[in-house]
Amino acid sequence: MSEGAERAESSPGAAGQLRSEGATQRTGNEAREGAEGAEGAGGAEGATRRTGGAAGEGAGANIVELAGLSVGYRSRGRTALAVDGLDLTIAPGETVAIVGESGSGKTTTANAILGLLPANGQVVAGSIRVAGTDITTARERTLRAVRGSVVGLVPQDPMVGLNPTMRVGGQVAEAVRRRGVDRRLVPAEVVEALERAGLDEPVLRARQYPHELSGGMRQRVLIAIALAGHPRLIVADEPTSALDVTVQRTILDHLGRLVAETGTSLLIITHDLGVAADRADRVVVMQHGRVVERGDPESIMLAPRDPYTRHLIEAAPALSHSGQVVPRFTEVAPAPEILRLEAVTKDFRLPRTSGGDRVFRALEDVTLSVRAGQTLGLVGESGSGKTTALRIAMALDKPTSGRVFLDGKDITAAGWSQLRPLRRRFQLVHQNPYSSLDPRFSVEESIAEPLVSFRVGNRASRAVRVRELLDQVALPADFRDRRPRELSGGQRQRVAIARALALGPELVFLDEPVSALDVSVQDQILGLLTGLQRELGVSYFFISHDLAVVAQLSHEVAVLRRGRIVESGPAAAVFAAPEQEHTRELLGAIPGQRFAAALAAAARPEGAPARIPPPGTDGIPVGPE
Amino acid sequence: MFRYLAGRLAQALLVLWAAYTVTFVILHVLPSDPVTLQLAAGGVDVSQLTPGQLHSMEARYGLDEPVLTQYFGRLWDALHLDFGMSLTQNVSVGTLVSDRLPSTIVLALVSVGLFLVFGVGLAYLASYVQWLPARVLLRRLPAVGISLPTFFVGLLLIQVFAFSLGWLPARGTEGWRSVVLPAVTLALPGSAMLAQVLIRSLGDTWQEPYIVTARAKGLSRWAVQLRHAFRNAALPALTLLGVLVGYTVTNAVVVETVFSRNGIGQLAQQAVLGQDVPVVQAVIVIAAAIFVAVNLVVDLLYSFLDPRVAHTARVT
Repeated sequence: MSEGAERAESSPGAAGQLRSEGATQRTGNEAREGAEGAEGAGGAEGATRRTGGAAGEGAGANIVELAGLSVGYRSRGRTALAVDGLDLTIAPGETVAIVGESGSGKTTTANAILGLLPANGQVVAGSIRVAGTDITTARERTLRAVRGSVVGLVPQDPMVGLNPTMRVGGQVAEAVRRRGVDRRLVPAEVVEALERAGLDEPVLRARQYPHELSGGMRQRVLIAIALAGHPRLIVADEPTSALDVTVQRTILDHLGRLVAETGTSLLIITHDLGVAADRADRVVVMQHGRVVERGDPESIMLAPRDPYTRHLIEAAPALSHSGQVVPRFTEVAPAPEILRLEAVTKDFRLPRTSGGDRVFRALEDVTLSVRAGQTLGLVGESGSGKTTALRIAMALDKPTSGRVFLDGKDITAAGWSQLRPLRRRFQLVHQNPYSSLDPRFSVEESIAEPLVSFRVGNRASRAVRVRELLDQVALPADFRDRRPRELSGGQRQRVAIARALALGPELVFLDEPVSALDVSVQDQILGLLTGLQRELGVSYFFISHDLAVVAQLSHEVAVLRRGRIVESGPAAAVFAAPEQEHTRELLGAIPGQRFAAALAAAARPEGAPARIPPPGTDGIPVGPE
Repeated sequence: MFRYLAGRLAQALLVLWAAYTVTFVILHVLPSDPVTLQLAAGGVDVSQLTPGQLHSMEARYGLDEPVLTQYFGRLWDALHLDFGMSLTQNVSVGTLVSDRLPSTIVLALVSVGLFLVFGVGLAYLASYVQWLPARVLLRRLPAVGISLPTFFVGLLLIQVFAFSLGWLPARGTEGWRSVVLPAVTLALPGSAMLAQVLIRSLGDTWQEPYIVTARAKGLSRWAVQLRHAFRNAALPALTLLGVLVGYTVTNAVVVETVFSRNGIGQLAQQAVLGQDVPVVQAVIVIAAAIFVAVNLVVDLLYSFLDPRVAHTARVT
């Protein structure tokens, strides 16, 4: 493809050029074919007809048309259907949400639209049309013309979605250059794209590498990349699942504004019905590759017909109480302190910029305490210092100043050998159960590893202990011989919890233990954790960005913002009557509140007491009707 | 960055010192009688000597001093690049080495260049090509390369290109033409191993989520592989590269023997056979120095290719 053609095609009126390619690919079974081909021949002038745009293209005006789409994955000679007979259209400027749990085929659908199915994936039946071009069996060249300039992707996991060896600016620049922007203007456009995606100090960010940015910032970079191609449709595959609520809201608000301003369409792929209902014009609920329910968000939220949709609403902590956060523990008995962070401050050095050396203060004067048998929920946005606080509490990092006490004993300056025996008493459950278990270890080996490393008992007694732990986390005893790959995400997290409990710790650190899990699994794991606390009297230091989840587990809550504690106290008090603006902001940003009032009014006499809707809920942009 | 560099440099010097010391210990302390051994190497029939003569001979080579004094004296000299006199040839080790070193360095550099081009090129193509038969063929090639022994390949090349076709000389050190066959021979196992590792890691890298991000921008496969896959895939291969360059020097012993080249490898072989301790010591130190230098370069390349290596956040 020539430089000029590429340039024309990437402009908003590029459909013509795209079609010319499509025409050569297709077999010519449609009447419009010839006309499109002619239009495409003059595709270089596509830019001049920009104002005409998508409007004059009749039935092809839909950006995406999926008809009876079935996608299968070949494995050992068999084809397993991931998507089964999906019909879906997305009109210009429309926001559509596909909701489903893992295995529902929602991500496969997104990949199919971009022509990015993995090598063993194939379209078994049906067709995919993007901006009028049939890309069902299109070749790489046609697909390339679609990607980036017609359909932009905001991928799932910001932590691994960026090339670690390339500066952020360079990665955005690639998308900018695809539009044929003059070389001298590229840096300015990169900075602009980063700024539009909501990154502060875009000039500095462009010079940084992905590992120097937090998850939320990386997700914004990925959004900047998608925006930089000026696409007509943005496919956001779980765009904000890994992000805290306020960032999620800003980002989704931002994408929403984009839809309204530029007529860009948005396809949100999410497991969170709340997000879908708040943002979308139309919601499609998928299960096992099939659509179980579709409609406008109001009817789905207020009058779900399908049992599966109802189940999704029940299981989501933010939705089950009519879109309000209701703390589980309203009364907190006094208990001795087990862990105390006292006036902890932590500084990191930033890379040099023209301004010289700078220091980033990750934590400032943070004082926290975890009480025996209770849960402290540490809530904050990404970059607020949650993880730094956790690492310092676990004595993995040393604070710049301040002290850490474990059961009254100062462990701030303790060396490795002094800490080693203490580590029996506190254990960690990671965020991601997919990467926290050794794939070569059986479940039994994983759970018994802490026992082995602290030389607890012999082979027989460890086997007994493993069975006991499996029982505690409600896994069948015959799971002990399985490998992590044979387990689902929730089962893996249960194994990780069993491993953390193996040494009978007094304190377990929970690092976003349910963020990577489906809503209904989340519900089960939270139930398990509360049950274990009741049974074993273990304390939890729980960090999360999800207030709805924190409310399910915590006795006390501390809200962290930019390294400082802005509010703390019993969960009941903080959630019912937040004193700080930031806490109210966090509560207000919880998805699923668009219909909170209606839901509360509708049914549920046992629902939460009437409450003024948190600020900002009415500010959610809604796409054109 | 400076601290990282300084640390690496200190480590390199430590390795060098350790290499010198270990060889010294092995060569001077372990054999039954280093004096007779070394005098015998110098062509002196020890059994014919009177104790007085023996003593004067020892004094001449500095072998009468305590081992520690010898060690520190020689280490001090070695630091000034003075490795003493050869026992078998009546010249200083320094002269011997500096005569031989250039041809070995040329051979090594050419062969490293060749295996970089072959290895990286093969891996790059094997990952890029999508036509299945070509892909399979390219992916199988390295295994063949690895299974062929160096001396066999050398003899085969001599048979074909020197004897049958007469294009290139079979032996000698003169002219660029004499470098070609030994360099190719030397490069073959290296390029095969490098290609194998690179193919593997390129394959893994193509599965990374950031590749999806790059492809979703509409970049071509070529651009994705060049800008996103290759640099990340090169990281695991880089460690191997350091080892391979080191082995090139070691393998030069075999190749220089097969092609009768006047280089360090041949010198080492002669010195070992003739039990010429100072020369062996010098050759080992040089080989260690090259190993260390190459790995230092590899470490620096690492921090250049992967910003995460030297850039861990420092606590103030």
